Amino acid sequence: MMKSAIQARGLRRTFASRRGEVEAVAGIDLDVPSGAIFGFLGPNGAGKTTTLRMLTTLLPPTAGSGAVAGFDLRAQPHKVRERIGYVGQAGGTDHSVTGRAELVFQSRLYGLSAGDARRRAAELLTAFELESCADRATETYSGGQRRRLDIALGLVHRPEVLFLDEPTTGLDPQSRARMWDEVRHLREGGTTVFLTTHYLEEADALCDQLAIIDHGRIVAEGTPDELKRAVAGDVITLGVQDPQIALQLLNDRSLVRDHDPLSPHSESLRVYVDDGEAALPAIIRVLDERGVPLETISLSRPSLDDVFLRQTGRKLREEAA
Amino acid sequence: MKLVRDTWIVFRRYFGKSLSSLPYMGVSLAQPVLYLVLFAPLLNSVADMPGFPGGGAYNVFVPGLLVQLGLFSATSGGWGLIAEVRAGVIERLRVTPASRAALLLGRTLRDVIMLVVQAALIVMASVPFGLTLRLPGLLLAFGLMALIALLMASISYAAALWLRDENTFGAIVFSSTLPLLLLSGVLLPMSLAPTWLQHVAAFNPLLYAVDAQRALFANQIGDVSVLKGFLAVGGLAVLAVAAAARSFGRAVA
Repeated sequence: MMKSAIQARGLRRTFASRRGEVEAVAGIDLDVPSGAIFGFLGPNGAGKTTTLRMLTTLLPPTAGSGAVAGFDLRAQPHKVRERIGYVGQAGGTDHSVTGRAELVFQSRLYGLSAGDARRRAAELLTAFELESCADRATETYSGGQRRRLDIALGLVHRPEVLFLDEPTTGLDPQSRARMWDEVRHLREGGTTVFLTTHYLEEADALCDQLAIIDHGRIVAEGTPDELKRAVAGDVITLGVQDPQIALQLLNDRSLVRDHDPLSPHSESLRVYVDDGEAALPAIIRVLDERGVPLETISLSRPSLDDVFLRQTGRKLREEAA
Repeated sequence: MKLVRDTWIVFRRYFGKSLSSLPYMGVSLAQPVLYLVLFAPLLNSVADMPGFPGGGAYNVFVPGLLVQLGLFSATSGGWGLIAEVRAGVIERLRVTPASRAALLLGRTLRDVIMLVVQAALIVMASVPFGLTLRLPGLLLAFGLMALIALLMASISYAAALWLRDENTFGAIVFSSTLPLLLLSGVLLPMSLAPTWLQHVAAFNPLLYAVDAQRALFANQIGDVSVLKGFLAVGGLAVLAVAAAARSFGRAVA
């Protein structure tokens, strides 16, 4: 059995404000299996960053418990810090310092000797293709280069768990694709990656597991496919002359879970099923047996945008803007 | 041991950063000399005024100038820290296993060294004008300088972490340094002040620092003002370092 790289039970954080206590994270449970890419989604202000800050020892929880890389957040934050990497939204490089100097400094802080730190820095500069700009101040870096340096800084000590706070925000599509490759590469090496993102297609393409947080609570979690299926099911669109009759037949056999409202004079029917691949042949068979001519049929999956909309009542992208 | 190692690593980074910034080094080194050149012509006439302490114009003026330098240059550390908080640098450092206190002490040590170098420049440049030096007093004077830098830099960092905003930080720095300076007797001796103002000034630790520095530059090591100066500045420095280290350890939310 795989151990959990990240585990949280009832993790909660409140902040004092002028209007009294504000609950940023209202008691959440998390289990991130070792070696997974875990996506943490939510609109701004949902509690994403607060959760991340608790898991990275930056912020003590108000209540609840958590363990990262096998060590308790409260009792042994130092042990946790030795085993995690963290790349914040802002990145955290000093603009007047060179990439190489940042990597050496960071390595030294993780306990490497001066010689080892220099070697590790050179290794990472090669791995992240930063050699050409290694000895320039980071203010001259492109967005993609700076982000790659940020990630390299989080990896100097070969952490078991890497936390990435919106790693691709503000990157052009090419740099984003590059970053996805880097993250997948980390998983191949056995690193657990916990990332937050505003981009649902990113979560869909990259993550093994997802959790959606809203108003400080986890409102949905699972694999991207599970989430989409649980919330909306698969969508089957049928081209039939009389949708009313077709729907009646399918309902009689309990083949569909839900459908879009029928509109008069329309020759198409949209139905929701739990498992599209299994439902498709059954639907075709039923209609064929009853002599209902089927002109077209298509199967599509709901997007994570649908999931997010259903779970939070909001669109993620609007929040991101 | 870890504290010492981490402090050294952090110091090396910030000291290296300072050294590699030519404008920063240029201003830092030119500033004390500029003070001296601008103030020196005023000195000789002021020294003859009634109420001005005896002991030679430069031996009275230079110790005050050093304290002023400590007040101005060490408090400026907070600006850089706010920029680093904003860029996420501090957060990045706080996730590493580095000692929290070292994150503060390393950069403070940079400030102390920079200030001691600036002070040494002023002292050397003043000798041709008639500043007299005697070794034990001079060494203690530099020790006190280092404590002043430690105190001021720590206050500056604690305030920066608390405020997180350049504008508010700047307003506080500008509105607090001038009164502190006036009431320390650096510019004009407090012996010229009315009694009520002297009572107010008695709460200013820099007043004791200036008195102590003047005694040390007169090589009066045993003078009670030296003890008072070290106690006032040293005691507050311990508190300020503790407060700033605590801010570094706490969440930068």
